[in-house]
Amino acid sequence: CKQQHDQAVVSTQSGHYGRDPTEDVKRPLTNRRKVKPTKLRSSIKPGTVLILLAGAHRGKRVIFLKQLPSGLLLVTGPYKINGVPLRRVDQAYVIATSTVVEIPAIANDKLTDAMFKRKAKPTKNEREMFIENTSEEPKISAERIALQKEVDAVVVPAVKKVEMLPSYLRSKFTLTKGQFPHQLKF
Amino acid sequence: MQPVKLFSKGIVTGFRRGLRNQTVTTSLVKIEGVESKADVDFYLGKRVAYIYRAQKKRKNKITKRETKLRVIWGKVRRAHGSSGAVRCAFRTNLPPKAIGATVRVMMYPSRV
Repeated sequence: CKQQHDQAVVSTQSGHYGRDPTEDVKRPLTNRRKVKPTKLRSSIKPGTVLILLAGAHRGKRVIFLKQLPSGLLLVTGPYKINGVPLRRVDQAYVIATSTVVEIPAIANDKLTDAMFKRKAKPTKNEREMFIENTSEEPKISAERIALQKEVDAVVVPAVKKVEMLPSYLRSKFTLTKGQFPHQLKF
Repeated sequence: MQPVKLFSKGIVTGFRRGLRNQTVTTSLVKIEGVESKADVDFYLGKRVAYIYRAQKKRKNKITKRETKLRVIWGKVRRAHGSSGAVRCAFRTNLPPKAIGATVRVMMYPSRV
């Protein structure tokens, strides 16, 4: 029974003698658990080329930037090369290849989970009151576009330095006839 | 946009069974190219999709499109025997018509 385990019985009186159990108070146990981000696979390092396995960009090869505090991986196409913007991806939906690109560390305070938070949809009452506002918001905010340009300004030159890497990132990963994933070395 | 193949083909060979009784909660799948128990290690935990067609169109909750295709999702649980067959459990048990049918063994959740 869950109730019994999650509560500590705390005595409101001092001392053991003459203690009246009916005066005891039930309090929830203190939660000392610290939430840590998912452990990053040893094959994934900043600059690693990853293959996306699911989602709109499945099959595309992207560059890993860093792991966000939520545990998700922050990746970029770069956008100019294969159309993948700054995006969050779960580790489980990604294959790490052995190709690593040397990228200078990107220390940008704005690259956090908060950047990806969706704007709350206006409630029904709000919508009726401000009908003019709903069609004003552009699909991708100007901040995002600016941030994308900033990050890619660092990543794209590093990618262009490596021979054939831009066209490699432009191509997609696919399994062809006779190719079995357990036999492939990524 | 060129479609990409990010799954392995598998065939449902039947349900886990002794000669006279079968346990329908566990399906046996033979994955293409997997011939030994050592090869199965890559596929453990991978998601499996049994895709089939129905008469009526239904709206897919994720793609929001009306389609006649339906899926039953499952996962590879463990190896079955030493020749590369695999035991899978699906969210709802596979219908008997799935025996002999193709199933997609996806490459995620990935451990590589």
